[in-house]
Amino acid sequence: MTKGPTTYDEMIRSDGSISPPYERYDTWFKSQDPGRLASKSQEAEAFFRRTGITFNVYGDAEAQERLIPFDLVPRILSHREWTRLSKGIEQRVRAINAFIWDIYNRQEILRAGRIPKELIAQNDAFLPQMIGFTPPGKVYTHIVGTDIVRTGEGDFFVLEDNARTPSGVSYMLENRETMLQMFPELFAQIRVQPVSDYPKNLRHSLAACAPAACTGKPRVAVLTPGIHNSAYFEHSFLADQMGAELVEGHDLRVVDGRIAMRTTQGYHVVDVLYRRIDDDFLDPLSFNPESMLGVPGIMDIYRAGGITIANAPGAGIADDKAIYSYMPEIVEFYTGEKALLKNVETYRCAEPEALKYVLDNLSELVVKEVHGSGGYGMLVGPAASKKEIAAFRKKLEARPANYIAQPTLSLSTVPIFVDQGLAPRHVDLRPFVLVSPQGVNITPGGLTRVALTEGSLVVNSSQGGGTKDTWVLED
Amino acid sequence: MLGKTAGGLYWMFRFLERSENTARLLEAGFRMALTRSSDAESEWQSVVTTSGAAMGYQAKYDSYSDTLVMDWLLRDPDNPSSVISVTKSARDNARLVRTALTTEVWEAVNDNWMTLRDLLKEPVTTVDLPSVLATIRKQSALVRGALYGTMLRNDIYDFARIGTFIERADNTARIIDVKYYTLLPSASAVGSSLDNVQWEMILRSVSAHRCFRWLDEKDMTATAIAEFLIFDKRLPRSLAFCVKQTTENLRYLEQEYEQRHPCHDLADRLKRWVRESDINTVFDLGLHEVVTEFIRDNNALGSQIEQDYRFMA
Repeated sequence: MTKGPTTYDEMIRSDGSISPPYERYDTWFKSQDPGRLASKSQEAEAFFRRTGITFNVYGDAEAQERLIPFDLVPRILSHREWTRLSKGIEQRVRAINAFIWDIYNRQEILRAGRIPKELIAQNDAFLPQMIGFTPPGKVYTHIVGTDIVRTGEGDFFVLEDNARTPSGVSYMLENRETMLQMFPELFAQIRVQPVSDYPKNLRHSLAACAPAACTGKPRVAVLTPGIHNSAYFEHSFLADQMGAELVEGHDLRVVDGRIAMRTTQGYHVVDVLYRRIDDDFLDPLSFNPESMLGVPGIMDIYRAGGITIANAPGAGIADDKAIYSYMPEIVEFYTGEKALLKNVETYRCAEPEALKYVLDNLSELVVKEVHGSGGYGMLVGPAASKKEIAAFRKKLEARPANYIAQPTLSLSTVPIFVDQGLAPRHVDLRPFVLVSPQGVNITPGGLTRVALTEGSLVVNSSQGGGTKDTWVLED
Repeated sequence: MLGKTAGGLYWMFRFLERSENTARLLEAGFRMALTRSSDAESEWQSVVTTSGAAMGYQAKYDSYSDTLVMDWLLRDPDNPSSVISVTKSARDNARLVRTALTTEVWEAVNDNWMTLRDLLKEPVTTVDLPSVLATIRKQSALVRGALYGTMLRNDIYDFARIGTFIERADNTARIIDVKYYTLLPSASAVGSSLDNVQWEMILRSVSAHRCFRWLDEKDMTATAIAEFLIFDKRLPRSLAFCVKQTTENLRYLEQEYEQRHPCHDLADRLKRWVRESDINTVFDLGLHEVVTEFIRDNNALGSQIEQDYRFMA
């Protein structure tokens, strides 16, 4: 798909003028020698490689560790745009936490008939082990990554609510760090809201959710599947920045009713576990018995108030793509207000009428697996060949309930730096949200992912996307 | 500190040390093979044996030549002790313990891996070998420099050092063991040019051929060299030096943690052996026997440390 006339560029307006948030940056950019910028761009890559900011690609033996390409043109949001966005995100995240508690306790939303019962009962993300249990602080989604797309000046949509273990925050932090090192003069001229507090806020937020059994200063650990995981860099980065231990399942075990980590001086208790492994692998005694990544017995300790698990097991029920389509109702049901942020129009293929529409319009739609992630197993109709569409049609007809479809949005573009100067590329935005009993904290900005191929709408890093630093301007 | 982290540090530095030792060994072998007086094939064989990877080599090749041995020791992923394998293992361990390392140390290890991976992509020719080996040594020095210059002197540093010296002691002991027959006192009586070449090979493989001349005013005799490698506390690759360092770092751990373990007793026993023996008692008991026992005790100490500090569940 090429850039159509309806595509909204966040920096350069259709009449060629510069959008207000970008004015100062544009002035600076025009005064730069392109050769110097090109060498800065290479400098950034060398920096990322040396510091090991890489991600692993599954099934790609040759290039096990790849860099996510970094583009040096920032994505800039005005203070006003951000205020609007962050209010909408906060409302949504509060609703999500209320929803999850309700689903595992009273199920009022089901009784009110706002959501079909079978959507919950037959959902793999629904964990019976969580029924009747309230996690410490009544928080389920300690960390959320809300994916936002934009189609026009004031048109923001939520594309996904990542309520399990959203990744990418290390890139947000390192991108800013890189920009500060490469272009310190820019930050002297333009006042950008800082993001560097994130690790400190994360630690405080997690500590504020310490379990009942915790005495004294809460001890936080990050649970990683290990160095071969695609996001291992981020796990170690966050542990390092928070001053928390980075543990694997085999470092932990149950000791006297608590979870403890094996140290050189014996076993030491952990109060809050920021886990970066999926529910299914968390506890071989409760979930997948084959799991070597988890901690046998941790669910019992959790339910007895001996440890906090962040995010809570079963929180994934809220970011399922089928549930997503009900999010406007969910927000209204729990907050009593209209949702501030719009949803993307979504066809639930489980419904016969919607399915018929989707099958008739496959070449126009984006079809996603209900439980898929990372851009795998999805069809981007306008970009797909006839053969791909035909193959996808078969999968869709075989298991319609497994899919949802959305219109192909004309995602906004932000320029990237190329040999010829600036060129527009499609972007999305993942702000990072922290939830604790003390409140909701959203880091100004987030991770902007950019599809580096001209015209492409797929921004996932596993599919050739890159990232940009994201600026929220001071008032 | 997590037991796993201690283990990661220990192995990271064992692997880094091994990479450097393999490079030195290869350099010594290369020089030997260049001298006409030696039997090149048997020299290359003893290089492979000393590296501790003879079994895997024999499973793969029937003969010994510079090309085969160089490839096996530098770039063969089937050889877990090849430079490329241990460099990768060192970096994997560094990733595992990244939160315990300073940025400088991490970047040095990461750079070491990236540099050697590119350097060893294609087979190394004998023409390029000296510069390749120089790069390996230089990279290793950069990591060590970053460690010395930036790390706190705490338990993290202790485990890194213990790994280094357990590995180094093992390496020096194996060099002595493989060449023990040239170090027997009877050999010094001969004083032939062959012995001189052999001795130089031994000294070179522990980077001590010049140190020996500086420090030892005695003639270059087999006994003097054996004594130098085993007992000289000034030589950073002697058994005595390695034992002293390991014992010292274990003592720091004992103080910091206020916990004494069986590994401390084992280390003290090795230290006592160094203090109470000399080169004559070694020859009385048999050089080969003494060194074999040392290798066994050193390995036992390593395993005991792993157990006492809970490297694994």
